[in-house]
Amino acid sequence: MSSASDKTPVTVLTGYLGAGKTTLLNRILSEPHGKKYAVIVNEFGEIGIDNDLVVGADEEVFEMNNGCICCTVRGDLIRILEGLMKRKGKFDAIIVETTGLADPAPVAQTFFIDEEVGRKARLDAVVTVADAKWLTDRLKDAPEAKSQIAFADVILLNKTDLVSGEELEEVEARIRGINPYARIIRTVKSAVALDEVLDKGAFDLDRILSIEPAFLEADDHDHHHHGHDHGHDHHHHEHGPDCGCGHDHHHDHGHEKHDHGAHAHGGLKHYHDETMQSVALEIPGEVDPNKFMPWVNALAQSDGQNFLRWKGILAFKGEDRRFVFQGVHMILDGDLQREWKADEARRSKLVFIGKELDEAKLRREFEACAA
Amino acid sequence: MSMPIEAGYPSLSDRVTTVEAGAYVVAATFLGDAAVFALGDGSVLFSGEDGDTRAPAHDGGVLCAAVAPGVLVTGGDDGKALRFKAGAAPETVGEAQGWIDAVAIGPDGAVAWSSAKKVFARDGKGGLRTYEAPSAARGLAFAPKGYQLAVARYNGVSLWFPRAEGAPKELSWKGSHVDVTFAPDGRFVVTTMQENALHGWRVADGAHMRMSGYPGKVRSLDWTADGKWLASAGADAAIIWPFQAKDGPMGKAPKELGVRPSRVARVAAHPKAPVIALGYEDGCILLVRMADGAEILARPALAGGPVTALGWDRIGSRLAFGTEDGAAGVVALPEG
Repeated sequence: MSSASDKTPVTVLTGYLGAGKTTLLNRILSEPHGKKYAVIVNEFGEIGIDNDLVVGADEEVFEMNNGCICCTVRGDLIRILEGLMKRKGKFDAIIVETTGLADPAPVAQTFFIDEEVGRKARLDAVVTVADAKWLTDRLKDAPEAKSQIAFADVILLNKTDLVSGEELEEVEARIRGINPYARIIRTVKSAVALDEVLDKGAFDLDRILSIEPAFLEADDHDHHHHGHDHGHDHHHHEHGPDCGCGHDHHHDHGHEKHDHGAHAHGGLKHYHDETMQSVALEIPGEVDPNKFMPWVNALAQSDGQNFLRWKGILAFKGEDRRFVFQGVHMILDGDLQREWKADEARRSKLVFIGKELDEAKLRREFEACAA
Repeated sequence: MSMPIEAGYPSLSDRVTTVEAGAYVVAATFLGDAAVFALGDGSVLFSGEDGDTRAPAHDGGVLCAAVAPGVLVTGGDDGKALRFKAGAAPETVGEAQGWIDAVAIGPDGAVAWSSAKKVFARDGKGGLRTYEAPSAARGLAFAPKGYQLAVARYNGVSLWFPRAEGAPKELSWKGSHVDVTFAPDGRFVVTTMQENALHGWRVADGAHMRMSGYPGKVRSLDWTADGKWLASAGADAAIIWPFQAKDGPMGKAPKELGVRPSRVARVAAHPKAPVIALGYEDGCILLVRMADGAEILARPALAGGPVTALGWDRIGSRLAFGTEDGAAGVVALPEG
């Protein structure tokens, strides 16, 4: 088995049209950082940089397992990554740019589902560039924009020079309402220190340990139950025997018109998003892997369609190393990584971003895994 | 004759000539007397009696290759398809905008290549035809007779007749089809899939054959010399499906040969005898006899990563191999 460090890190760059993605990409390619990137782009023409490893992609989303929609992958990405891996040593890292309208899930799932890709490359981070002036509007009318925020590990809140301080806090609170775990970096013209964005994987998973659950929690806990019918669009798919999912998970609920309540937590404005929630769970100690592993696997099958991203760092009883995992919908990927440090508290934490999260059930079931 | 024993197998490892390829070996074959290795760094390495020579071929890397007796065709990320023959300079046989994702060699000097959805076929007289597949082409294979090209893509295979005006014949099956091969008698088309399975069609009536149960993705297929069996990688043994019957392998169990605690990555059937060379992910190479499953070690599990290429010479006296990290060599079989 190859360890995480042998694998080529892949940064996925998302962002709604015009947010500043291409500017960031050009910055990455032109700044002197001594690293060589292979870049997979959608619009060749937009890249003004002469990089011999720029590859055009065509965003072919493939369903796996005879039509199960939560097991989608990017077929073109598998093809391109396979080709790049034959040129090992020619580049240090890979950047995948997606179009503004792309759903990030198939991109992320490609790294977990395809065996060959997963053996050679690891998803380092999903970086979303958001337009400070227009994001709030896009969150109302563009489900892709919301998915891109929900999926992000790092969010570049760009064009901050075009909004007032108040507007900036407003849009940041909107982002936090959807994804409280992502690191938000405020930028103008996508100007960011590149080491803040690239090769961040370990850091961003560690980050979930430092999130205070209280920060995420609202005063009223019944925001998960909207008391109105969501009217899901349940298409019927043919399913292969390997997949237990029975829903179309990529629908949007189409009720973004509601007024969202804002309230303050420790001076920060806080919004609840109607369709996207997050849950953070912590056990201040160890979990029993013989309870935890069967539970997360069953949870992926039963509830995975509602989880856009979920991550965890766990202290397993009798194990010196930290178990670190991340999931996208029903796909989970985890392994034992570095040892717990002597001065580090052995504790176990899970975070979820998704739709219709039943926090009480998740908490109860997770706590039952305590060692 | 007797062979030394190594790792529990009769071993040919003292008959291996190593070759320093130094880059991902995409294909290994023989042209004339030379062993030839198409490499991920864009070069093609010729290893013969007077040493090794490296021909720069593609500006970038070799991404795909096809071999036929006396011919090697490579496709690169420079958008070119090149044809190599013994004693001749490489010839540019095809071009496209973008990476060449697949190449194939057909009868009478025909070649085919593809770049994303664009598929090109050039017959032996130079007549060029193009076809736009419904989604990116992943694998190409010519039918053994006639001028017909199988194009593996998302949700099936298109059987394209480059000289005909009509629409290709579609063989449909949900999912992403990657590599494709025609049975030597032309009766069946078989693909490897993104899922851990093969899918086959009987060409005459489109009857489906689903061959599943693999623990991993299957990325290597080869027909035995008599055309009766299809050997496949993707498991901790070679899985060999019987195709002699009218309905192919339906309702029949495959043979499992060369069981080892490592995944088979490449298979290459001997060109004359009922023997298959198996290359494993741990770098080991075994020769396995179909009749009784007898095994001979051609290369022990050494450094260099998974075996990525295997190729026999025309008479089956030598086997060329290469690995992911650029280890390569030639195994000479004992005579008689």
